[in-house]
Amino acid sequence: MIVRVLGEGQYDVSDEAIDRLNELDAAVETAVEAGDEAAFGTALAALLDGVRTVGVPHDVDSLDESDLILPPPDATIDEVRALLVDSDEGLIPG
Amino acid sequence: MSLMKRISLIFRSKANKALDRAEDPRETLDYSYQRQLDLLSKVRRGVADVATSRKRVELQVTQLEQQQTKLQGQAEKALQMDREDLAREALTRKSGLINQINDLKAQHAQLQGEEEKLTLAQQRLQAKVESFRTRKETIKATYTAAEAQTRINEAMSGIGEEMGDVGMAIQRAEDKTAQMQARAGAIDELIASGALDDASQLNAGDDITRELESMSSQADVEAELMKLKGLSPGQEPGAIESGSTEGGDALAEQPETSTEGEQPR
Repeated sequence: MIVRVLGEGQYDVSDEAIDRLNELDAAVETAVEAGDEAAFGTALAALLDGVRTVGVPHDVDSLDESDLILPPPDATIDEVRALLVDSDEGLIPG
Repeated sequence: MSLMKRISLIFRSKANKALDRAEDPRETLDYSYQRQLDLLSKVRRGVADVATSRKRVELQVTQLEQQQTKLQGQAEKALQMDREDLAREALTRKSGLINQINDLKAQHAQLQGEEEKLTLAQQRLQAKVESFRTRKETIKATYTAAEAQTRINEAMSGIGEEMGDVGMAIQRAEDKTAQMQARAGAIDELIASGALDDASQLNAGDDITRELESMSSQADVEAELMKLKGLSPGQEPGAIESGSTEGGDALAEQPETSTEGEQPR
């Protein structure tokens, strides 16, 4: 599986490792729902560290789409909430 | 559905919105490539903008540090002249600068981080745009329309995601830089107003400098006088006596009587 960490790039992660990441993801989700910024910061850092540990950087010049996309390391809860809002606004400026 | 899945789906739909304009798939390729080049120059400008902000903060730190050194020197000089009040004032101002400097240093670190992130984003996008260009030419030259559509979709979704990611990085860097620009502007104003006393104008002087200078010139005059009178300096006490400062009293009397609209500047 290809996992993208926004602002950082893509990683190849084996399917077995995804289960572990799902647990870490659940912690992030709980923190977002609770609006607990401190817990969120810790949980997101753990999730991204997990991706970096089990994953290997994907070829930088490949044009492959990611299976999973994760928020940037310094994201706030508000920014994650904004990522979950499907608006008409595109992401690419200009 | 997990948070990761939801973010992925929504992000992808947002990223692709900007790219599915043209009707003819081959035109889509060229249109997308143009957007990629635009984004590349945008991210380059972003890197340059952040670097400019970082340099501005660096300059401010240098100025404030020079000012700190200057105030330290003034405090020492004032003490030598037995003016503990002036020394105290200089040290008070100096301690006020420490917070500003620490704050600026934190901003500097943040800007440096943004600059590095954007530079890496630029490199990643550059690599993908280059591969897209190659792929685009191959698709155009080799494949039949039916085959082309699938390959175009593959290439487009991959680059669209990267573009969305870079677009977001640019936006984040711009937001952070704008915040810091505002604060840097405030500090520039403080320096310009003389409240922090711009150390780059070394000879313009501030009130502490002026008082120290007038004291030493007064002392020089007195010393010369003594010499002329055939006395050695220091024999007549009170030679160094600065003008009385009634500022404190005036201020103390003011608040009760002052009316609104008459703000002293």
